[in-house]
Formats: sequence, structure tokens, C-alpha cells
Amino acid sequence: MSHHIVEVTDLRYTYPDGTPALRGLSFRIVHGESVALVGSNGAGKSTLLLHLNGCLTPAAGTVRIGDFPLTAKTLPHVRRTVGMVFQDPDDQLFMPLVHDDVAFGPLNLGLSPEDVEVRIESALATVGAAHLKDRPSYRLSAGEKRAVAIASVLAMSPSILVMDEPTSSLDPRARRQLIQLLAGFDHTKIIATHDLDMALDLCSRTIVLKDGGIVADGPTGEILEDEGLLQASNLEKPLRLQGCPVCSNYSVGSFRTPRGS
Amino acid sequence: MVRSPAFSFSERCAVATPDASAFDISYLDILSSRDTSIHRLDPRAKLLTTLAFIVVVVSFNKYAVAGLVPFVIYPVVVITLGDLPLGYLLRKVLLAAPFAFFIGVFNPFFDREILVRLGPLAVSGGCLSFVSIMIRFFLTVTAALLLISTTGLNGVCLALEKLGAPRAFVVQLLFLYRYLFVLGDEATRLTRARSLRSFEGRGTGIRVFGSLVGQLLLRTLDRARRIHLAMLCRGFDGEVRLLRPLKFTGMDLAYTLGWSTLFVLMRLYDIPQRLGTITMELLR
Amino acid sequence: MHMADALISPAVGGAMWAATAGLTIYSARKLKQEIDDHKVPLMGVLGAFVFAAQMINFTIPATGSSGHLGGGMILSILLGPHAAFLVMASILTVQALFFADGGLLALGCNIFNLGFFPCFVVYPLIYKKIIGAKPTQSRIFAGAMVSAVLGLQMGAFGVVLETICSGVTELPFGTFVLLMQPIHLAIGIVEGLATALVVIFVWKARPEIVEMAGPLEAVPSRSLRKVGLGFLVLAVTTGGALSWFASTHPDGLEWSMFRTSGKEALEPPEHGVHSSLAEIQKKTAFLPDYDFRKEGARTESRAKPRREAAESAPAEQWPAVSAGTSVAGIVGAGITMAVAGLIGFGLKRRQQNKS
Repeated sequence: MSHHIVEVTDLRYTYPDGTPALRGLSFRIVHGESVALVGSNGAGKSTLLLHLNGCLTPAAGTVRIGDFPLTAKTLPHVRRTVGMVFQDPDDQLFMPLVHDDVAFGPLNLGLSPEDVEVRIESALATVGAAHLKDRPSYRLSAGEKRAVAIASVLAMSPSILVMDEPTSSLDPRARRQLIQLLAGFDHTKIIATHDLDMALDLCSRTIVLKDGGIVADGPTGEILEDEGLLQASNLEKPLRLQGCPVCSNYSVGSFRTPRGS
Repeated sequence: MVRSPAFSFSERCAVATPDASAFDISYLDILSSRDTSIHRLDPRAKLLTTLAFIVVVVSFNKYAVAGLVPFVIYPVVVITLGDLPLGYLLRKVLLAAPFAFFIGVFNPFFDREILVRLGPLAVSGGCLSFVSIMIRFFLTVTAALLLISTTGLNGVCLALEKLGAPRAFVVQLLFLYRYLFVLGDEATRLTRARSLRSFEGRGTGIRVFGSLVGQLLLRTLDRARRIHLAMLCRGFDGEVRLLRPLKFTGMDLAYTLGWSTLFVLMRLYDIPQRLGTITMELLR
Repeated sequence: MHMADALISPAVGGAMWAATAGLTIYSARKLKQEIDDHKVPLMGVLGAFVFAAQMINFTIPATGSSGHLGGGMILSILLGPHAAFLVMASILTVQALFFADGGLLALGCNIFNLGFFPCFVVYPLIYKKIIGAKPTQSRIFAGAMVSAVLGLQMGAFGVVLETICSGVTELPFGTFVLLMQPIHLAIGIVEGLATALVVIFVWKARPEIVEMAGPLEAVPSRSLRKVGLGFLVLAVTTGGALSWFASTHPDGLEWSMFRTSGKEALEPPEHGVHSSLAEIQKKTAFLPDYDFRKEGARTESRAKPRREAAESAPAEQWPAVSAGTSVAGIVGAGITMAVAGLIGFGLKRRQQNKS
């Protein structure tokens, strides 16, 4: 189904102060794929994500979502198809009550109040936050905020979910719940993350970014075993692939300096 | 606090920290989300009743003292039915009192004409009007606090919007409230960091303040940009739509009209005067 | 500086509310014309910022007291006058509701004093003129200082006028002015300094922000401005005139009657609609009856001399000014309080029994 395809061709972007952020990225993601976007801070993950629903305009190259190239005209349609969850839920939950935040998207889409209510119910039920409907957003825990932020995006029924560091600042339980939740989605998922264990759990494919360019793009299992590649990109293996805490290469006191970073 | 120093000594000492102000707002917010018969009323009913109360109380002539007393029934009923903490509310009223006190306290000096004789005591007009000011203050401030602790700012905004306030104003008031807590937290963190690194009054001067607040401002502007982005991603087109149906029931109408009528009656007929006269005749 | 409800009369409160409501509607309309929808979240968040910034104090050397940031000027610089006015209005609303900082009826006055003067008067007419087309650090400093001081002076004077026109306080105009203005001069200097430092900090980091409110075209177009100004003047003078009128001629009819017939009013028939209406009319003193004749005795006299002569008799002769309090009144007040307390108790018991 072509409307779920994300296709990026030679994407280039430069920050306003002149620093190049993205240097010609190209990849293709098809319907239902789960892709992890990994890289050190400053590699360009967030910048890339912001291109995927038109928040940023490329200096060169194209972005295609489904059948549509991303242009000013197709922007509204693209924003319906691509739902973006931001890194800081406080930026995303800006309405007084949870109910208002989840209603925001559907109302802007022009749905009738009854339809909006239906969407709110189902979105909150999906993330397990139905009991939070009438709560003000500043009285939610980090995990609850994250769930509601996802619900606010789900309410627009996107086919592609883009998420920026979804597990950051979550306690272990909230994190596990989030991973289980995401595992149950059949949307196309593009997740920028430092949490390589989650990438291992959720995503079949991984793209590694370094200094604005793609250095690897392949099955998650292979990439996250490749120590050389990981260290060159200022990363480590996922924690559970790091072996014995006492005698492995990764235990404190025996850490190897990365080769040529 | 935003009070001129001359009129808020005690208040400054008590509530001058970010933590305390944030606590106040937080606590009142929690109070407003309780579920009692008063809380369930339509916010418009409560807003209009409060305004009626204030206007009637303030319409008394400046020497009215006893005539104002019956109005205390309104706070009594609302606090009771709304299950509100009396001590906390009284404390807030007292903290806010200095301003009115320091203006009113001049009255006895300027108005010495004896208006009333209570047995051997000769009470000047100035004293009467001063007491009147304080009673008015107590009543009106309590009314405002009652409104916010039974309705909450979201409710008040909703009421304002339905009653015709401009949408732009209401929306940004809602956003203000929403981000008050977030920014309050940031301010608390900044002041805490500052206090941990300042000693004996060095490091708390105005220059540091300038950069602290400047930092906060820059972060705030960045945050506003991100919020705008998040809004765009969810289809924002310039208009913020609120889906909150309000129903004005018979109960709400009864509440508003009932109280308003009572206020007007209490204004027109000096109940204490009559009660007192009757009592004294009985005693004779 | 925030006025309390206890110190104003319904007339003044209502008039200022009318003025403020007019300005709010006008500002909202002006904002709609701007296509810039990024201001929607920006306004609210900056309002929260001003709140948060006001929670941060700085010590003033040699005085041991602390100061904080005002709001009006920074907001005007960042958002332009219309948006800034709306944000100031909401900040004051939150303060009135949550901190009892200013009354609800007086909110109109407070928004006017602390919003209108900085945003619509000082910002376009003074700050922008000082800043000029190319701001420099010293210009920003001077602009912020002068603006803060002047804005607060105007606001303080507004407080004085509104309080005097309400007639609840006995403070004579002169004394009040001498009390308010110097204090707010000091506050203005402190706030101006704080504002200047913050603006300069931001300007050094991101100059485009400080210059972003745009050139002087932000000032409203001629015709709209005239309408707005006219409405404002009308509202304020009406309110002031009503209060004034109430003072000098509490009831023109009664006064002239007194002069002619020696009686306050024609005695209405004892019973019937007429008497009850007369009762209502006598008691509904929605405009309070303050006496300028007392003031006339000490400061610049506003009371007319012949009126003074006619009313040389003390208060007893003027029914509306009866103290309303006597021994009977006090006794009755005590009983009323007790009854109120009992009602409260009874309700509480009923509630507890129910649950």
C-alpha cells in the first residue's frame, strides 16, 4: 500500500547559523516497518524527524510520504498521515485537560463533536489512559504524560508514527509498558532513540546516523552487534548484549577506548 | 509577589518564595477539582453570583458596618457545602489585607466627625468607614477565593468564553495557566541553583538576576517555538477549538437568581438594625 | 498597587471595566488581523514566564529589601502592544483570583493601570522613540528605565484617581498623591533596571527578538485609534462624572426640594406600591454618598461654597449618610453572625450525616 511509504532522497539541511545538519540522506521505509534511528547527540536524528512531517523544509532533496511529495500544498495531508510524538511531552500537551489535548487534532481535522469524542475514547483506551481523561496535564507523571502525548497523536489516525526519544526519563516500569504498547501497533514506526535495548525489542531495522550522514542501514540484530561500527558512531552495544557484568569488555574499569572516533 | 513594598510587609516575608507561590496555585487548583454540590454547578452561575455579591457589597455607603454583616452568609454556605478549608482561606485573606488596611487606616484621621454614640463611646465617621472598608475587604476577597477554589481557572475561562470574552484572550489565559507550573518549576530550579552558589548576599544582586531571568526567557521562547511546532503537527490552523459543552440547568439558574435576590434584599433592608431593635425592645 | 474591591465604588469599577473590556476586544480584533499564528502559544507562555520571573527576587543593596520584574514593558517589547495588553490582563486576572492581589471588580481598574499605560502609551510613545531605528545597549537601557518609571507613575496616578472618585477613603487627593507617586518612583527605578538588564541580556544573545515587534506601524491606524480613544475617554469621564455628580448632587431632586420646602422629599403614601418603590429608591444608593465638604475644609476645595452653607448641618440631616450603625445595629449584627454560624453548622452536620 503506497500511502504508507516514507521515501527520502538526498536530503540536505543546514541550520540558520550555517552548520550543516543533514548531508544527503536517502532511505525508503515501507508499510508496517519498524525502524530505529540511532546516533550520538548532534548526529541529526531530531532534525531528520522534523523533516518527515514538514516542520522543517529541506535545503535540497525530497521527502515523499506515500504518493505525495512533501510540499506546502500537501502539508495538511501529510500531517494527517504522519503523527509525530515529541521528546518533551510538556511541549506536546498544551491544553488544559487531557481530554482537550486528545481532542485538539481531530477538531482541527474538522470532525464533528460526536466523532471527536469517539476518537478520544478509543485513543485513550489504546494507551491505557482512559481514567486520565479529565485530568489537567500538569498533574500527570512522566509515564502518563508520554502515554497521553501518544494518544493525542493516535486520535488523528495516522498511518506512520514518528517518535523522538520516547523512553527518555521514564522509570523502568513505565518504559516497559511503553515498549509493550508500541509493540502492539501495526503503524509504520520510526523511532529516534538512545535506548538501544528498546530498538532491539521493537525495531526490525536500524539506521545509524553520524554527523548528518547515514553510516549504516540494515537489520537491527546485525547492526547492534557490530562493535566497530557502533564505536565509530559514538555508540555502544545494547546493555543486554554487553555480556557478563564482571568479566566482559564493558564492565567498569576495563572499558576499552574507542578506536578512532 | 507583585506588591509594592510599602503595602505588603507581612506578605513579602511569608510568600516571597517561588515554592510558596507555586504551592498556592497548586493547592487552589486541587481544591477546585473536588466534587461537591457547589463544584458541580455551572461555572457561569458561580461567576455571576460572585460578581453580584461583590457589586452589592461594594455599593453600600461608606459608613455601613452592621448592614454588611448578613452578607457573611454567602461565604459560610459556600465554604460549608464546598468542603473548603476555612483556615487556609482565612490565612490568605489576612495575607492580602495590608494594602486595604494601610489605605483605610487613614480614615479615622481625616474624618473625625462623630456620627454614632454607643453608650459612652463616641465613634467617628472615620472609624466607621475604616471598619466598613475592612469588612468589605474581607467579604470581597473571600468571594474571589471561593470562586477560584470551587471553579478553577479552566472553569472560569470557559465561563468567560461562553459569556462573550474574546477568544484570543481566553485561549492565552488557558495556555498561561497550563505553563505556569512548568515555568514555575524552572524558576524554582534556577533560584535553587543560585542560592546554592551564592553566599552572604553575593550572587543575588541584580546582575545575576538579569542573566537568570534572561536565560529563563530564552528557554521560554524556545519552548514556545516547540509548542507551536507541536500544534502545527496536529493540524493547527490558527484557531484553537474548545470542545467543552456546558449545560445551564435549572439548579444553576436557581442558585444564581436565589443568591442575587438575597443579596439585593439584604442590601435594601438593614437586617441587623431591625433584629437589634426588636431584641432591645424585647429586653426592655 | 493592585486595587482592592473594598476601596472602589460600583460606578468607578463599572466604568473601568467598560474601558478595559473595550480595550480587550479591540486588542483581540487587532491580533486576528495578524496572520502570525505562532503568537497564540507565545502569548500564554510568556505570560507564564512573567509570572515565574516575578517569583524570582533580587536583593537591592543597602536597603535589604528585594525587587522583582514588572511585566508590561518586557511583554510590549516582545509581543507588541496589543498582545502584551492581553497577556497583562490575564496575568492580573490570575493574580486577582489566586493571590487576592486586587479585587474582581477592581480588576478592570488594575488592568487599565498596569496594562493600558505601559502597552498603549509608554511603549509606542516613549520606548520606541528612545530606541529609534537601530537599538544600542545604552538606548535600550535608557528606554527601559524611562518607560518603567513613567508607566508606573501613570499607573499609580490612575490608582489615586480611581480611589478618590470612589469616595470610600478619606485620604485627600494631595496626601494620596504624595504617598503614591514617590513610592512608585522608587519601584519604577528598580523595575526599570531589572527590565533593562533582562532585555539587554536577551538582545545580546538574540537581537532579532528585541527588534521583532516591528517598526512604528504597530501603532493602530488613525481611525481605529480615534474610535478606541474616544470610547475610552467616554467611559472614563462617564464613570468619573457619575461619581462626581453623586457627590455634589447625591440626588438633585432631593437637594432642590430641601432648599425649597425644607423637606428631603415629598412624603409618599404610607402603603402601596408607591411607598415600597420609594423605599427601594431611598435605599439603593448605588452611587455612594461621600462628602467633599470635609475635604473642602482642608485641601484644594472642590465643594461648592453655597452647598457648604446649605449643608452646614451635620450628617443626621442627610438620610443617605446615616451611619446605619447604632447600638441596635451592633446587637443585630451580633445576632446575624450567630445565625450565619448556626446555618453553617447545620449544613455541615447535614453533609456529614449524608456521607
